[in-house]
Amino acid sequence: MTALVETRALTRHFGGLKAVESVDFRLDKGEIRAIIGPNGAGKTTFVSLICGRIAPSSGAIVFEGRDITALPAHRRVRAGIAYTFQITSIFPRLTVFDNVALSVQRRLLSAGRPKPSALKAGVGEALERVGLIDRAGTLAGNLAYGHQRLVEIAMGLALEPKLLILDEPTQGLSDGEVEGFIALVREIASDATVLLIEHNMQVVMDLARRITVMNFGRVLAEGSPEEIRANKAVQDAYLGTGSDG
Amino acid sequence: MTITTRDWALHLGVIAILLAANFLLPEYHRGVFSRVLVLAVFAMGYNLLFGYTGLLSLGHAMFFAAGLYGAGLPLYHLGWSVPVSFGTGLMAGIAVAAVVGVLALRTTGVAFMIVTMMFAQVFYLGTLYFTTWTRGEEGLVLSQAMRSVEFGGWSLNLSDPSTRYMLALALFAVVLLAMLWLVRSPFGRTLVAIRENEERMRMLGYDVFRAKLTAVVVSGVFCAAAGAAYGLLFGYVGSGFASIQYSILPLLWVLLGGAATTLGPLLGTLFMFYIIDYSSGVTSAYLLVVGVTLILLVLFFPKGLLGSVRERWLGWLP
Repeated sequence: MTALVETRALTRHFGGLKAVESVDFRLDKGEIRAIIGPNGAGKTTFVSLICGRIAPSSGAIVFEGRDITALPAHRRVRAGIAYTFQITSIFPRLTVFDNVALSVQRRLLSAGRPKPSALKAGVGEALERVGLIDRAGTLAGNLAYGHQRLVEIAMGLALEPKLLILDEPTQGLSDGEVEGFIALVREIASDATVLLIEHNMQVVMDLARRITVMNFGRVLAEGSPEEIRANKAVQDAYLGTGSDG
Repeated sequence: MTITTRDWALHLGVIAILLAANFLLPEYHRGVFSRVLVLAVFAMGYNLLFGYTGLLSLGHAMFFAAGLYGAGLPLYHLGWSVPVSFGTGLMAGIAVAAVVGVLALRTTGVAFMIVTMMFAQVFYLGTLYFTTWTRGEEGLVLSQAMRSVEFGGWSLNLSDPSTRYMLALALFAVVLLAMLWLVRSPFGRTLVAIRENEERMRMLGYDVFRAKLTAVVVSGVFCAAAGAAYGLLFGYVGSGFASIQYSILPLLWVLLGGAATTLGPLLGTLFMFYIIDYSSGVTSAYLLVVGVTLILLVLFFPKGLLGSVRERWLGWLP
């Protein structure tokens, strides 16, 4: 297995707060990896460092063998890292079609001036995958919350990323929607690597082949779902307080 | 989204009506329209940044004045020809917009308003400071002789009302169609999306800073074109055009006509011009009339004339 992403002693401090502290992390191609941990463990900061929304205080990030630590966020996206926000971030006053079209347009722009037909095909494909094709003409802001999350995932998919980062994707979804989401991520993982932050243990145990547990900005443990379940330190820090496990 | 037949019909139709107006309007109103057409170009330039990109600048007088002085100074002092002076006006606009853009775009929101206003004040004070060349408030009068254009025995008199109207209309038509093309292009969609959600655009892989800088420069060039044309057509270059008032006016025109609509700036400019024109004929408190009109518009047409039309009836309006 080759590493898709590697971080070396990655650190981010906010004033005195050590949000992410010297994290060595490795994610292989084709994996579905979950990052879990209590609130404030540094999960969102950590993935934000990978996708470039936040600059690290020190350390290095390597993507496909190339050091991307100094690369601005938009260049990392073009290199193949897509990010969906913890708090749904779409264009509420544009239609679902236009939302996804902005993604497709960005991908096509790298290969020259986008043709309307190629744009339409790309949007159709992404909306088909998340099951929103019949809502293409709706204003994104008028959709139900769960569907807005799917629009954002469709925007991520339309970029055809190598790495898709999902920050608490099932937050606020109904049980039925969560089931559909699990199937969708499995399908996405057939051609992209998925890194997700997730609080819903059912989702984590169903999807992830490996789990990274963070606490106080550091990696507390890493391993298969079974190993994590059995880990004493993890139970103390996190699972022991929940109803799952 | 490409330019539809409907888009073409509407925009070319408006241009055709304005063309016919040259032959139908009474002399006085033709003069008003000439000015309004040039100022509408200024408003369209402002609209690109304010309406479509969502950047509220309070310093656009600087771009208008960059074109005005960029064209007027070489014409007056160096005796350069009208076309060349128009070109230098555009160049001045590009240069000023690029420099101000790079610096001001480090800020957003209220800070962007203040920074652009400060740069514009510096420009305004500059026009007063270099009085030797600009003659400050008093300004430079570009004589009819300076402004005549010669093409191998064929000459164009810019003070002739019909010529002036046709040139103003030509500039207006070029910028209007450029705006239509821009708005319907991938770049136009990028700008609107940046206005709606900048962080999301960055995380879709768009170079947001570059797109915004391009918008500032294109906006600056349109405004400079208006400034240069205004100086050359009406023969006067003065620092009044660089003052804060001329930064506020395009904002009002665009708000009145409808932000982020291609034809709103024309409507807004025309409407405002005639309100002032009629009310100042009736009362000396004409600014009161203007104020009340603005308040009524904000109450009943919060998105401006065309913006409200688009919202209620014609969703396809660009």
